[in-house]
Amino acid sequence: MNSVTVIGITSIVAAALCMALGSIAPALGEARAIVQALSSIAQQPDEAGTISRTLFIGLAMIESIAIYCFVIAVILLFANPFWNYVSSKTGG
Amino acid sequence: MPLTPDHAVYWQWGFAHLNATILYTWAAMMLLTIGSWLITRRLDSSDLYRSRWQNALEVVVQAIRAQIREICPERSDVYLPFVGTIFLFITICSLLEVVPGWRAPTGSLSTTAALAICVGVAVHVFGVRERGVAEYLRHYVRPTYIMLPFHLLTETSRTLALAVRLFGNIMSGSMIVGVLLAIAPLAFPLAMQAFGLLTGLIQAYIFSILATVYIAAAVQSQRDREGAKYE
Repeated sequence: MNSVTVIGITSIVAAALCMALGSIAPALGEARAIVQALSSIAQQPDEAGTISRTLFIGLAMIESIAIYCFVIAVILLFANPFWNYVSSKTGG
Repeated sequence: MPLTPDHAVYWQWGFAHLNATILYTWAAMMLLTIGSWLITRRLDSSDLYRSRWQNALEVVVQAIRAQIREICPERSDVYLPFVGTIFLFITICSLLEVVPGWRAPTGSLSTTAALAICVGVAVHVFGVRERGVAEYLRHYVRPTYIMLPFHLLTETSRTLALAVRLFGNIMSGSMIVGVLLAIAPLAFPLAMQAFGLLTGLIQAYIFSILATVYIAAAVQSQRDREGAKYE
């Protein structure tokens, strides 16, 4: 097994793990945030505007964690620096 | 698969590249500038007659101003030009995805990093202008000197987060469409494209709201905060 194969396998597995684990935690966090916001709106419908604006900002903050994982996974799959280094070494 | 519009180079001279990001940024800037110039050329403040374009523009500006005012009630008009420009630019970039062949320049990390650095600089500019250099710099060492590295770390990481959040959202939107085109009939990418419009609008909103929150936090002095607490 040469180094290109090792890097390929590792990158794909790491990207899959990164995406899987990295979306579980933000999903749970967003679910908690939405549950809390919905019950708050049910208790105080007058404050729905403020609550939903804060909810949107909070959701974006939480979701950016998943987005970071996605960016890392995409870099591993499509613009892998280690892969490029090894293929430039062996190929040229 | 082209990840970002950076890779599509149209013209090259020495080290200067003219890629799709720059080209579409210019297109969006031109659209915004010429559009607002054409509309504001014949402004009319009388209540009798108001052109429909002026009406539309007034609705947009009023909405942005109302959102800023909810975050910092006083001095909202000072931040309106900066925050509104950022919001309109990101919105136009995302909404023009409905035009065939358009590639959102916000799908490139260079554009979003530039916008985030603009916000990072504007926070300092507004903070210094409002509180003076010494007073502004002093908030870095409050409450103690131990907090200095944490303040610096916060500013770096939130600028980075602004850039990567916008980039990741817009880039993932166009990428999902590309992946779905390969494996599903045309209806699914269309639905995802429509969803991408919504995501783009929400991200523009969040970007400008966060910029306002950061600026408001830098401008607000410690005394203001304590005064508000005891009121």
